[in-house]
Amino acid sequence: MTDTSLTARDGTPLFHLADEHEHAEGGSTMLGFWLYLMSDCLIFAILFAVFGVLGSSYAAGPSPRDLFDLPLVALNTAMLLFSSITYGFAMLAMQRGRSNQVLAWLAVTGLFGLAFLSIELYEFAHLIHEGATPQRSAFLSSFFTLVGTHGLHVTVGLVWLVTLMVQVRRRGLIAANQRRLTCLSMFWHFLDVIWIGVFTFVYLMGMLR
Amino acid sequence: MSHDAHAVHAHAADPHAAEAPHGSLKGYTIGFVLSAILTAIPFWLVMSGTFSSPVTAMLIIAFAIVQILVHMIFFLHMSMKSEGGWSMMALIFTLILVVIALSGSLWVMYHLNTNMMPGHDMSQIP
Repeated sequence: MTDTSLTARDGTPLFHLADEHEHAEGGSTMLGFWLYLMSDCLIFAILFAVFGVLGSSYAAGPSPRDLFDLPLVALNTAMLLFSSITYGFAMLAMQRGRSNQVLAWLAVTGLFGLAFLSIELYEFAHLIHEGATPQRSAFLSSFFTLVGTHGLHVTVGLVWLVTLMVQVRRRGLIAANQRRLTCLSMFWHFLDVIWIGVFTFVYLMGMLR
Repeated sequence: MSHDAHAVHAHAADPHAAEAPHGSLKGYTIGFVLSAILTAIPFWLVMSGTFSSPVTAMLIIAFAIVQILVHMIFFLHMSMKSEGGWSMMALIFTLILVVIALSGSLWVMYHLNTNMMPGHDMSQIP
């Protein structure tokens, strides 16, 4: 019979490890950020559900067919897709440790993101100018809430992107900055995934109604 | 020499080391080309009106699902192995919640609309 229990220096038995085993700094950040993205996904799921329920309640107002301009939406989609691939190039440059290339690709990503936002704001302004305001019908309320929330996420992503550009410029590609860049890459690609749902269910399906 | 070998071994054995999933140029390029194709086809289908509306709707939903998978794999680097499988567990759990929320909302509200709101048929009003 062997005694397998641990004993502290003064002889009292220890039933648990006194010190937690070592975690690398930031080792759980990716999983934690992924969990945040999943909860964000739920927000969008609920907004999609709202749009699904209210999307055909026009209140005798304009329908998607009267309002949406598909070539403009296609251009917007292209902007976001381009920004996704350029962010991918920034990540590849980060893996090679080339901070100047990272900054350049981040700048390109930011410009595409800005182009996306500008087109979206132009579209919103155009709709409101035509009288298709959020107050007009339940369809327009849910449309502006869903697409606006996505646009707000892109705006926050852009602020984050500029912040990280300053960080990388000042501190270089240290481990913490690499972690932050990886988090933002997940956020950015996640927004592109949500946009797939938006252009399919809001714009394309709207035109079919 | 032995010190280096030990360091490499220690890094490989540490289950908590921050190991970000790595993309490759090939992966990103494949993802981008597939996404571009999977975006262009639904837009073309709707703008040209080749098929009837229900068929087009089914097709563009199918294209959207495939494109979301493409993004997950090539851009977000999802796999069964990332974060020891916990990312996938969280994703599956979220998808279950999303399906319940979406199908439940649409189902309940559709029946609420058809069964309880008779006032919208303007043709019956003299």
